[in-house]
Amino acid sequence: MAEGAPAIPLPAALPRALRRIPESAVATLLIALLCGVLVLIIALPLGALLVKSLEAPSGGLAGLDNFRTYFATPTLVGALVNSLTIAGLTVAIVVPLAFGYAYALTRTAMAGKGLLFAAALLPIFAPSLLSGIALTYILGNQGILRGLLMGHSVYGPIGIVVAECLYAFPNALIILVTALSLSDGRLYEAAAAMGTGRLRTFATVTLPGARYGLVSAAFVVFTLVVTDFGIPKVIGGQYSVLATDAYRQVVGQQNFPMGAVVGLLMLVPAVIAFGVDRVIQRRQTSLLSARSVPYEPKPRPGRDRAFLAYALAVAGVIVATYGVAVWASFIRYWPYNLALTLDHYDFAGADADGWSPYWNSLAMAASVAGIGTAVVFCGAYLVEKLKTFAAGRMLAQFLAMLPLAVPGLVLGLGYVFFFNAPWNPLNVLYGTLALLAINTLAHYYTVAHVTASTALKQIDPEFEAVSASLKVPFWRTFTRVSLPICLPTVLELAVYLFVNAMTTVSAVIFLYGADTKLASIAIVHMDEAGTTASAAAMASVIMATALGARLLLALVNRGAVSRLQRWRRREA
Amino acid sequence: MTDADATSPFLRVRGLSKRYGSFRALEAIDLDVARGEFVCFLGPSGCGKTTLLRMIAGLDRQDEGRIELGSVDVSTAPPADRDFGIVFQSYALFPNLTVEANIAYGLVNRRTQRARVKARVAELLALIGLPEQGDKYPGQLSGGQQQRVALARALATSPSLLLLDEPLSALDAKVRTRLREEIRLLQKRLGITTIMVTHDQEEALAMADRVVVMNRGRIEQVGTPEAIYRDPASAFVADFIGAMTFLDATVEGEHALRVGAVDLVCEGGRGFIPGSPIRLGLRPEEIRVGNVAPGDVNALEVRVRSLEFLGSFYRARLEPSRDLGGGLVADLSANLSGDLGLAEGQYLYVSLPPKALRAFPQTSAA
Repeated sequence: MAEGAPAIPLPAALPRALRRIPESAVATLLIALLCGVLVLIIALPLGALLVKSLEAPSGGLAGLDNFRTYFATPTLVGALVNSLTIAGLTVAIVVPLAFGYAYALTRTAMAGKGLLFAAALLPIFAPSLLSGIALTYILGNQGILRGLLMGHSVYGPIGIVVAECLYAFPNALIILVTALSLSDGRLYEAAAAMGTGRLRTFATVTLPGARYGLVSAAFVVFTLVVTDFGIPKVIGGQYSVLATDAYRQVVGQQNFPMGAVVGLLMLVPAVIAFGVDRVIQRRQTSLLSARSVPYEPKPRPGRDRAFLAYALAVAGVIVATYGVAVWASFIRYWPYNLALTLDHYDFAGADADGWSPYWNSLAMAASVAGIGTAVVFCGAYLVEKLKTFAAGRMLAQFLAMLPLAVPGLVLGLGYVFFFNAPWNPLNVLYGTLALLAINTLAHYYTVAHVTASTALKQIDPEFEAVSASLKVPFWRTFTRVSLPICLPTVLELAVYLFVNAMTTVSAVIFLYGADTKLASIAIVHMDEAGTTASAAAMASVIMATALGARLLLALVNRGAVSRLQRWRRREA
Repeated sequence: MTDADATSPFLRVRGLSKRYGSFRALEAIDLDVARGEFVCFLGPSGCGKTTLLRMIAGLDRQDEGRIELGSVDVSTAPPADRDFGIVFQSYALFPNLTVEANIAYGLVNRRTQRARVKARVAELLALIGLPEQGDKYPGQLSGGQQQRVALARALATSPSLLLLDEPLSALDAKVRTRLREEIRLLQKRLGITTIMVTHDQEEALAMADRVVVMNRGRIEQVGTPEAIYRDPASAFVADFIGAMTFLDATVEGEHALRVGAVDLVCEGGRGFIPGSPIRLGLRPEEIRVGNVAPGDVNALEVRVRSLEFLGSFYRARLEPSRDLGGGLVADLSANLSGDLGLAEGQYLYVSLPPKALRAFPQTSAA
C-alpha cells in the first residue's frame, strides 16, 4: 500500500446497513418501478383503446367489423377526408410562413429579434380554442372584419384553417428556428469564397440544411391539426372532423368502439410523423460537427428591412388576434356596446361552477409540474446513466417516446376505456384530479423526457464511473452532481408541464368529473352555451397564468439559479 | 518490488474476451501486473486497450475470462467492490463542486471526520502542487490543473490500483510533457500499482516500467520500453513503436539476404531462416549516412529524393540506384546533414549495418 498516502478506512465508515444493500439491486428495482409506472399510464390505456376498437357496440368481439362499418358510412369517412384536407391546407400555409419568419430570426440582422420570437410564441400559452374564439369576434357573424370573407361563413373550413394556422405557427417556428440555427457558418464562407450568388447559396446551402427541419415541421403541424379538438369544436360549425367525431361518438352517442376506431385513425398520421421524425433525427446529427462554426448574419439594410416588415406583419396578426379575444372578454356586448366591464370574469353567471374550474386547473397543473417533473427527470436519469437492467431501460425509453406519437384525444380515449373499466380496481381514480394529472403527464411525457435526457447526455458519462471507483452510490451522485447541474433544465421542464397542463383540452375532455372540471373544459362549455365572452375571459385567465409561469421562470433563472450556479462562471 | 511480489502478481488477467456483435474487442487476454508497477496499454484506436482497462475497473463486463486483484477473484464484482482510483481524459470533475469537494468526494462526509477529511484534502492538494486552489471551481482551472485535481481525487481514498485512461491526451504538448513527469514521480513516491492507457508511443516509452502493445483486441508484445523498441516481436510493434521501413527479401544463407537485385549481409538467427521469404525491417535512425565508402559492408548508392526538416533532425527519403523493391528512409541529425551539405537530388552512399536488419514473417500485417 502507498506509504505516502495514509488511508482513511472509508468503506467501513459508511453506515453498515447502507453498505449491505447492493447498489445494482436498488438500480434494478428503480428501473422496474419506472417501467411499471410507464406501462400503467401509457401502454395499458393504449392497449385498452386497441381492444375496444375490436369490440362490438353491444359487447363481445367484433373483429374488424367496426372498421368496415366506419368506411361504409359516408358521414364518418367525410370527417376523415375533412380532417386530412384541413391539415394539408394548414401545412401548406403555415410551413412557408414559419420558414420565412424563422429565416428572419436566424439569418438576417433585423432588429427586435427577441421580442418578435416571443410574440410568435404567444399561441403556445393559450388553449387552442382561444384562436377560434378570437376569429368568431373578428370574422364571425358580428365580426369586425367579416367583409374580408366576401359572404363566406367563418364557421367551417375557413375558420378552422385560419385558427389552426395561428395555433400551429409557433410549433413549426420552433422546429425551423432550430434547424436554421444548426448550420455551419464555414459552408457560407466557402460558398462566398467561390463567388456563389445569394440565390444559389440559398438553394445549395440553406435549403438542404433546413430540409429535415421542414419535413419535421410539416409532419408536426399535420398531426397537431388532425388531432386538435378545440378549434373545430368552437368554429367548425357543421363541418365535422375526426376529433369532433370521436368526441361525438363517445360523449354524444356512447358508441365507445366507434370512438376507438376514430381514435386509431387519428393515430395513423401521428405514427407516420413519429417514424419520419426518428429517421430525420438520425440523419440530422451528422450535419453539425463539433468543429462547426455558428453562422453570424451580417447586416444588409435592404434585406433586413424587408424581413422586419414581414415579421412585424405576421407577429402583428398573431398578437392582434389574441389581443382581440382578450379585449372582447372585457367588452360589455360585442360589437354593439364596446364599454369595458369585468362582468364576464364573474364566471358564475355563465357556468354554474364559477371560478372553481380555474382553481382545479391550477391545482392539476401544479401537481403535474411538481410530481411530473420529479418522475420525468429521475426516470431520464435511470435510463440515461445506469448500466444495470438494460432490457428494463430499453422498455422505459420506448414507452417514454410513445406518447409523442399519440394525440391527446386518443390517449384520453384510452384512459376512458382503461380507467373506467368495471374490472379495473384503479377505476376509483376515474373523474379525480389525480387521474387528470396522470393523463396530462403521460400526454406530455415524451418532450419532457427528451429534454431531460438531452441535458443529462451533456454531462460527462464518466461521472458515474468515477463515483463507483470512489465507492459513492449513484443516488448520491444524482443528488450532489447531476441534479444541481441540470437545475435550469428541471425548472424549464416544470414550466413546460405547467403551461401544457393549463391549456390542454383534448386529453382531459373525457376524464373530468362533476367537481373536477378544468378551466379549459369550462371554455368549451361556455362557448357551447353561447356565453362566448366568458369563454374568452377564461381563456385569457389561462393565458395570463401560463405567461406568468414563464415570466416567473425567467425571474428565478436570473436571481436564485444564477447564484446557485456560480460554478458556471469562468472567474471566481 | 520484492521477489515475493514478483512471484504473485498484484493483478492477474486470464483469458479475457469481449465481443460487440461480430466485432472482437478483446480476444483471450492474459496479463500479469506486479505490485507497484507502472504499466502502459499502448495501441492504435480500436485496439481494445480502453476496453481492457474498463474491464479491470468493472465498468464493462467481459464475456469470458477471469480478473484477480491481490489474489481475490473480482471477475463479477461491481466497480465499488474493486479497490481502484480512475482518471479519465475528460477529467470528469464535478463542475458544480469546488476542487476541495471534488477531492473529498470519495471520503466520508460525516461530522466527526470532517477534520480528517480536510487534512487529507490539504495533503493531496499539496501533493499535486495546488495548495491554494481548493476553493475554486474546476471551470476556473487550466486543463493541466484540472487533471491534477482528478488525480488527487482518484488517490484520495488510497486505492491499491490507479487506472489512467488517456489522462494526457486532452492537454497541450508542453503541459503534457510536464504532467507525465509529475505523474511518474508521484507514482514512484506512492508506489501505487498503475495502469495507463495511451495511444502515444512516446508517452508510453517515457513513463512505463512495462509496455503492453495491443492490436485488434490482442496483446502483440509485453516488455520494457527498451526491449519493445530494440526487439519488436512483430512487424506491427516495430512499425507502431518508432518508425520502420519494410522491404521484401529472401534469406539466401545463414548470413546472406537478397533484397531485389541486392545482396546483403545479415546476422544469423533472429528469424533469418535460410530459403524463406521475409519482410526486412529497417529503422530510419539506424541507416548509416556519411563516411560510407562504396566497398563497405552493405553499402548502397542512393539518390536523395526528398528531405523533410523535423527540427532536431532531417528525415531523408532515399532512392537506391539498384533495385531494392522499394525506397529507404533515413534519419540524420541536423549537424550531420549540414556537414554533408545534403540536398535533394544528390547521390551518396549509405550502409545498412547487419545489426540493424530485422526479419519479420511475410504474412504479418504491418
